[in-house]
Amino acid sequence: MWLWFHKLSSPPHAYRTAGRLRPWFFWPAILLLLIGTYGGLVLAPEDYQQKDAFRILYVHVPSASMSLMVYVALAVAAAIGLIWRMKLAHAFAAACAPVGAWFTVLTLVTGSIYGKPMWGTWWEWDPRLTSELILLFLYLGYMALRASFDDTQRADRASAILAIVGVVNVPIVKYSVVWWNSLHQGPSISKLAAPSIDPSMLWPLLVMMLGFVLYFAAVMCDRIRGEILRRERNASWLSEIAVGT
Amino acid sequence: MHLWRGDKHLLRGIDLALHRGELLQVVGPNGVGKTSLLRCIAGLLPMESGEVKWSGQDIRKSRDEYTRALSYLAHTNALKNELTALENLRFSVSLLRHVTPQALVETLERLQISQCSDLPVRALSAGQKRRLAIARILLSETTLWILDEPITNLDAAGIALFEACVAQHLERGGAVLTAAHQLLLKGEPNVRTLELRP
Amino acid sequence: MTAPGLLGLVRLVIARDLKLAVRHWDQVVQPLIFFVIVTTLFPLAISPALDELRKIGPGIVWVAAMLASLLALESLFRPDVEDGTMEQWTLSGQPLSIMLLAKTFTHWLLAGLPLVAISPLVGTALGLPSSVWPVLAISLALGTGSLSILGAIGAALTVAVRRGSVLLALLVLPLEMPVLIFGARAVDLAMHGESVAGPLNLLAAMLLLFVSLGPIAMAAAMRISVES
Repeated sequence: MWLWFHKLSSPPHAYRTAGRLRPWFFWPAILLLLIGTYGGLVLAPEDYQQKDAFRILYVHVPSASMSLMVYVALAVAAAIGLIWRMKLAHAFAAACAPVGAWFTVLTLVTGSIYGKPMWGTWWEWDPRLTSELILLFLYLGYMALRASFDDTQRADRASAILAIVGVVNVPIVKYSVVWWNSLHQGPSISKLAAPSIDPSMLWPLLVMMLGFVLYFAAVMCDRIRGEILRRERNASWLSEIAVGT
Repeated sequence: MHLWRGDKHLLRGIDLALHRGELLQVVGPNGVGKTSLLRCIAGLLPMESGEVKWSGQDIRKSRDEYTRALSYLAHTNALKNELTALENLRFSVSLLRHVTPQALVETLERLQISQCSDLPVRALSAGQKRRLAIARILLSETTLWILDEPITNLDAAGIALFEACVAQHLERGGAVLTAAHQLLLKGEPNVRTLELRP
Repeated sequence: MTAPGLLGLVRLVIARDLKLAVRHWDQVVQPLIFFVIVTTLFPLAISPALDELRKIGPGIVWVAAMLASLLALESLFRPDVEDGTMEQWTLSGQPLSIMLLAKTFTHWLLAGLPLVAISPLVGTALGLPSSVWPVLAISLALGTGSLSILGAIGAALTVAVRRGSVLLALLVLPLEMPVLIFGARAVDLAMHGESVAGPLNLLAAMLLLFVSLGPIAMAAAMRISVES
C-alpha cells in the first residue's frame, strides 16, 4: 500500500497513469450525461407545480454538489501535501480550483435562470445561493493567493493553509447563512429542495450526478497532466518522453 | 562533536561538517547561493532534498532544540527604528533568556556603542546598527552562530572588535558559520573556507 | 540561562508592541478615524432621516468595523517581516503561534477595542437607541476579536506578497461573513426587543474556535512568508 502510494506520487508515473485513466472516465461520463439529459428533458414527467422549469435542476443540483465536493477534495489534497510534503497532492489541489470555481459559477447561473420563472427575479438571497456565492469567493481567493507567489512551492503551501482554514469555515458560513435567512423570511421550505421526488424524476438526476463526477475525474486527468508538465518542465524524464514520441 | 550535512538542489551536492571551535567561511561571487545555503542550514528555507543534522539529529525533527542552540544574523538587522538601542537589545535577548541590565550595558560597551544606548535606532549609523545586531548574537549565549556577511558596514575598528568576539566564541567551544567577502582570522588553524562556484 | 515562560513571553511581546504603538500613535488612530468616516458616508448616500438609518444602522456599524479592521491588518506583520524581526522570532525556539497570538491580541487592543469604545457615539449618530449600546459594544468586542484572528491569518499569508492589501481583503472578507451576520443581527434583534443570547453565544463560540485554532494557521503561514 505504502509502496503503491509512493510510486503513484512520482511525477512520471502519475503523468502516465492520468493519461491512461482519462478515456475510462471521459467516455462513460459523456454517455451518462447524454442518458441523464435525455431522461431529464424528455422522459421525466412534467412537475405539476413548476412545469418544465424544474428541468434545469438536472444541471443545477449536480453542479452544486460538485462545487462543494471539489472544494473539500481540494482542501484534503492540500492538507496531504502540507503534512506529507507530497508534491502531487499540491498539484492536484491546484488543478482542482478552477474546475470547482466553474461548477460554482454554473450553479449560480443555473440557479438564477431557475429563479426567474419561480420567483420572478434573477437573484434571490436564498440561503443556498448565498452560500454558493461565498464559496465562489473562497475559490477566487484561493486562486488569487496562488497566483501572487512566483515560487510554486511557496504558493502550494500558502494556498494549502488557506484551503484548510476555508474548509473549517464552510460549515460555519453555511449555518450562519441559513440562520440569517430564516430570520428574515420566517421558516419556509427552501425553494430549491424537493421534499419528495418521484422515482421517474429521480433516476435522471442520479445519472447526471454520476456523469458529473466522472466528467470531473476526466478533466482532472488532463489538468493534473498539465500541472505536472508545468512543474517538471526541467526534468529529464520529460525530455525523454518528448523525444520518444 | 557537532556534525552537519547539507545538500541542496540549487547548490548541488554540498556536504559539509562543522565542529565545535571551528569557523567556516563560505565565499563565492554574488548570486552563487551563499545566503540560501546559510538560510537552509538555519532551517529557514526548506530543502529540495538532503538534510541538516545537529548533534546527529535531523533539525526538522528537533527544531526547538536546534533553534535554541542557534543564532542567526541576516542582512537585515532585525531592529526597530522606533525603539532605542537598549530597548531593542533587551527585547531580542529577553526572548531567549533572562538577562540583567548590567549585562546589556556591558555588551554595548564592549562593542563601543554604549554612547547611543538611549538613542532611537533610527538615529544610528549603519555601522552602529550592525554592531547592535552583533551585540544580540553575543548575548544570546548560543553554540552555533550563522552570520550572513557580518562585517557589512563595519569600520576597521569594528571588524577588529568583531574578530575578537568570534575568536573568543571559538575558544569557548562555539562554532561559527559565515558568508563573507572578506575573510576573518586569517591563518588560524581552526578556520576553514568553503568556496562556492557558479 | 532560563528562557521566559509562556506568560513571560506573551507579556514581552505585548509590552513591546504597545511601546511601538505609543511611538507612532498617529498610525494607530487612523483605522478609528476611517471607521467614523465610513459610517458618515451612509447618511450622506442614503438619507439623513434617522428613521431610515435606524433600520440599517447595525449593518452600517458592522460593515464599517469590518473594513476598519481590515485596514489596520495591513501593518500588523509587515514591519516586523521587512526588518527581519519575524525571522528572528521563528528562530527563537519559542512557540511562534503564541507570539503571533500575543501580537494579534495587542493589535485588537489598539484597533478593535477603540471601535467598541466609540460605538455608542456612532450608533447614536445612526439613530440607534441607547438601549442597544450594551449589545452593540458586546457584539463588537466579541466579533472584532474573531475579525482580528481571521485577519491575522490572512495577513500572515499575504505579508510576503507584493501589493498584498487587496489580496488580503479578497481572502479575509469571505471568511469573515459569518461574524458580520451574527454581529449585525444581534444588534438588530436587540433593537426589536428580542433575545440576543443566540447570536452573542455564537459569536463567543466562534471567537473561542478561532483563538484555539487560528494561531496554528498563523504560525504555519508566517514560516512560509519569512522564507523569502
